[in-house]
Amino acid sequence: MNSNFKIFLKGIIDVSPLMIPVVPFGLIYGILAIDVGLSPLVAMGMSLIVFGGASQIILLQLFSGGASSLIIISSVGAINSRHLLYGAVVSEHVSDLKLVWKIIISYFLIDQAFAISNKYFKKNNNKNKYLHLVGGGFTCWVVWQTTSFLGIILGSAIPEKLGLSFAVPLTFLAILVNDFRKIINVIVILVSGLVAMFGYNYIPYKAYVIVAAFAGLVTALILTKMIKKQ
Amino acid sequence: MSDWTLIIYCGLITFLTRFSMIALLKKEMFNDRIREVLSYVPSAIFPAIIFPAIFLDNTGSIQIEDNPKILGAFIAMIVGILTRNIIATIFSGLASYWFLIFVV
Repeated sequence: MNSNFKIFLKGIIDVSPLMIPVVPFGLIYGILAIDVGLSPLVAMGMSLIVFGGASQIILLQLFSGGASSLIIISSVGAINSRHLLYGAVVSEHVSDLKLVWKIIISYFLIDQAFAISNKYFKKNNNKNKYLHLVGGGFTCWVVWQTTSFLGIILGSAIPEKLGLSFAVPLTFLAILVNDFRKIINVIVILVSGLVAMFGYNYIPYKAYVIVAAFAGLVTALILTKMIKKQ
Repeated sequence: MSDWTLIIYCGLITFLTRFSMIALLKKEMFNDRIREVLSYVPSAIFPAIIFPAIFLDNTGSIQIEDNPKILGAFIAMIVGILTRNIIATIFSGLASYWFLIFVV
């Protein structure tokens, strides 16, 4: 088997466990989109064009709440601000690639693909390791489009009582599992989480994500510096 | 603004947040210190999605009492620490949540 294809395949295999909770997430999106009154075509178009679960869910929530377009777009920007940091982390590994690959990788750079490939990039150092991210991202894309489509078709047939939306925070929790044993990470997690939770209603434009992340990173900066001095 | 225009703008801003750093940053711009701090990015960002989703109710108010999501997330966390297994973490959380809302 071609070694490039092996890396691509490794990306698919590595990201697969994270796809299980994406299934209910995609279904929830589709159901919710129809529920707030989007046409099936627009709902599907959003999955294809935006391709970001958190962004799409926030968009729907604000759209149904009657928020202005400017508020919706800036909120999506705030939710997406985490991708600036993903991009900064990944850029180091893909800086030699052609523009077209950078565009493809950017489109595929979602939470799950980032989490998995970031680990892979740290351990592996061959020229074509970016294909791992392409494999992971492509897998996410197929699962997201398929489940969005099913959610749109099923509409309100799935009972809301099942609480499938709880799969969303659980997915993110599972991604952090390896960080729970490290004290600095635990403190950073608590700072970010508490800022987001208490700031949710008070920080404008749904900017709580970027504010919380910034607070967490500043905490990490201070703590790592303190430990070095000792 | 039509639905399609709104979606295209949202798609564009999503893409640009992902693309800008990849396109602009160069390898030489990273030293070990920046790399170390950036390794904390997942720990700094995911809780900002996790905490509100667990502790806030549909209206955005903090709900501590009578909230099965807290125990569900706590059990998922314990299972995660013990097993380091993603699927076990998610399913233990969902299973205990369903147990609390449907059985208890």
